[in-house]
Amino acid sequence: MRYEAPNTTKEAAALLAKEKGQAFVLAGGTDLIVRMRLGMTEPDLVVDIKNIASMQGVTRTATGTRIGAATSGAVLGENKALIKAWPGVVEAVNLIGSDQIQSRCTMVGNLCNASPAADSVPAMIAAGAKAQIVSPKGRRTVAVEKIVTGPGQTSLKKGELIESITLPKPLPRSGDAYLRFIPRTEMDIAVVSAAVSLTLERGVVKKARVVLGAVAPTAVIVPAAAKAIIGTKLDDAALEKLAKACSDMCNPIDDKRGTIEYRTKVAGVLGKRAAKIAFQRAGGS
Amino acid sequence: MAGVHISTTINGDMVEFACPQDETLLNSLRDRVGLTGVKEGCGTGDCGACSVTLDGRLVCSCLVLSAEVNGRNITTVEGMSEEGKLHPLQEKFIEHAALQCGICTPGFLVAAKVLLEDNPKPSEEEIRYALAGNLCRCTGYDKIVRAVQAAGKEMRKKRR
Ligand SMILES: Cc1cc2nc3c(=O)[nH]c(=O)nc-3n(C[C@H](O)[C@H](O)[C@H](O)COP(=O)(O)OP(=O)(O)OC[C@H]3O[C@@H](n4cnc5c(N)ncnc54)[C@H](O)[C@@H]3O)c2cc1C
Ligand code: FES
Ligand code: FES
Repeated sequence: MRYEAPNTTKEAAALLAKEKGQAFVLAGGTDLIVRMRLGMTEPDLVVDIKNIASMQGVTRTATGTRIGAATSGAVLGENKALIKAWPGVVEAVNLIGSDQIQSRCTMVGNLCNASPAADSVPAMIAAGAKAQIVSPKGRRTVAVEKIVTGPGQTSLKKGELIESITLPKPLPRSGDAYLRFIPRTEMDIAVVSAAVSLTLERGVVKKARVVLGAVAPTAVIVPAAAKAIIGTKLDDAALEKLAKACSDMCNPIDDKRGTIEYRTKVAGVLGKRAAKIAFQRAGGS
Repeated sequence: MAGVHISTTINGDMVEFACPQDETLLNSLRDRVGLTGVKEGCGTGDCGACSVTLDGRLVCSCLVLSAEVNGRNITTVEGMSEEGKLHPLQEKFIEHAALQCGICTPGFLVAAKVLLEDNPKPSEEEIRYALAGNLCRCTGYDKIVRAVQAAGKEMRKKRR
């Protein structure tokens, strides 16, 4: 295996494109190095992106926030402005692993590892996050929900890597939230998760996005759940409708950590609870 | 496979070694630098026995490539005592019998030190969350939490 740590995204893309064998981006390594250790992945080339200045840190832009792809969860959790703007996204990223893992893990690594249970992904999708993709041929910007195509599969082509994630500037009276269910209180993989982002107008939900994790091969947007609460003050009837829409959207696996029936039920419960938190954060009552 | 030459600061000393490009920091620290206080439990980021700090942040050295640490700053459990005097955390771990076999202890000490430096008076809940990435399979966590609380108290006294 060859290790390279270029200083620019362009060089990184060129290295990835040129490599004839298996080439991988290395961000925090909390998925990639585990896979290497377990013999599940045998890279010929690893391109470490942490020395690339444009991939580090959080910056405010005219349209929102830009997060460099190599920025760790710990750094995001220390950013007060980001927590204020997108508390649900930050709480989702900060749920990943222990403090040790937080020092290294990135939300882009979480996304590109393409686990159906990845914690930051539903929250990013609910927030309307976009990924800036760079390749030797140029750049393109796509919605985060377009990246993962199945377990362990992404739409990124050879030579492409993500340079940053952008989050829009939240509209006034907006809030987001992320919840996951795990059998213990820390250090576990989501059995079901739900992210909700919404905007109020005169106390009524005007816009909403509801996204579920771990109940299908990829994170899923649930338009019917959003529709159920738009135009309401999140009364019980609306919440019940949201819960049903969430459960209807589930296509989960069946294992010892959660049966299909259980995951389907809990998806509705978490959807409701996340919606309530997002509503409160948006200033609703 | 071509190797890499690494020069980095470990516990305040400049250290140089050469290793394969896919070697983990855990293996280099133990087998090339001789810092065997860094333990391997799982090798996959779950147990925290291999905890060290990298530029001040707590990491699992089993999930860091040595190739990444050129010119960085690393601390291990071996760097905790000063001039032969144990760190308050080390003293309190002994006093409270917060260890049995001891394989998890270096990781707990390094993680607890990071916690107390950041938050000198953590609640029990904060301690338990901060140490959630460190597993102990013989002592039980209660004694460890008590030892961390006692060390925090000791360190706050010293600071005054
Ligand atoms: C002990 C432990 C606990 C964990 N707990 C959780 C948890 O609670 N929730 C959870 O969701 N995950 C968890 N994980 C998984 C992992 O920590 C996360 O998925 C993390 O966000 C991965 O980020 P990373 O930067 O370490 O990725 P890396 O391992 O560096 O990369 C992951 C994948 O993404 C690719 N990649 C990385 N960056 C880019 C880029 N910029 N462009 C293109 N491709 C890229 C890599 O090539 C690789 O295939 C845990 C892992 C461990 C070891
Ligand atoms: S050996 Fe590194 S976390 Fe277990
Ligand atoms: S003392 Fe044996 S594992 Fe903790």
